Amino acid sequence: MNEELRKKIEGLINSHKVFLFLKGTPEEPQCGFSWKVVETLKGLGVKFGSFDILSDEEMRQAVKEYSNWPTYPQLYLNGKLIGGCDLVLEMAESGELKKLIE
Amino acid sequence: MLTTEIKIKLERAFPGAKVEIEDESADHAGHQASGAHLAVEIIYGGFAGKTKVEQHQMVYQALKEDLQRTVHALRLRTKEPASEQTTGEEQ
Repeated sequence: MNEELRKKIEGLINSHKVFLFLKGTPEEPQCGFSWKVVETLKGLGVKFGSFDILSDEEMRQAVKEYSNWPTYPQLYLNGKLIGGCDLVLEMAESGELKKLIE
Repeated sequence: MLTTEIKIKLERAFPGAKVEIEDESADHAGHQASGAHLAVEIIYGGFAGKTKVEQHQMVYQALKEDLQRTVHALRLRTKEPASEQTTGEEQ
């Protein structure tokens, strides 16, 4: 991955305390897994930044490589990947997500 | 069977692990052409000391080729044997 893309990704994930790469937008997620994570974050009243990876094929590949994580959505907290849909839902259920974000 | 193939692959990658796989493709009829939807649960001693993100990365790594070809979506749950006893079915 080139340096420019790496910087772009790091700029994004550090732009908000909570940041989501998803398919579609928080208003209109284009995939059930992205939708579930958006609903979970909204349910917790969490404000988050986001990027629609369907809008940029280069970024779609680069973020997977950056995080060593093959699927979307990907949720970042303080610039660090905390999970995809399964982990986010698991942490939401256990109450861990709320604690982490607060 | 794809599920059997994946199960064997995971048991090789994670020796001694308890692996359970369910094929949920039928729940996603309509875009089956893009590949199988599988639910996988792995209980593995080697997950000890790893974060959940790292545990999932280990599984994705083991199934890298399959995720590019035959498996469209993976619902994944990873656990350590000890944590299963203490927090297994807790709500």
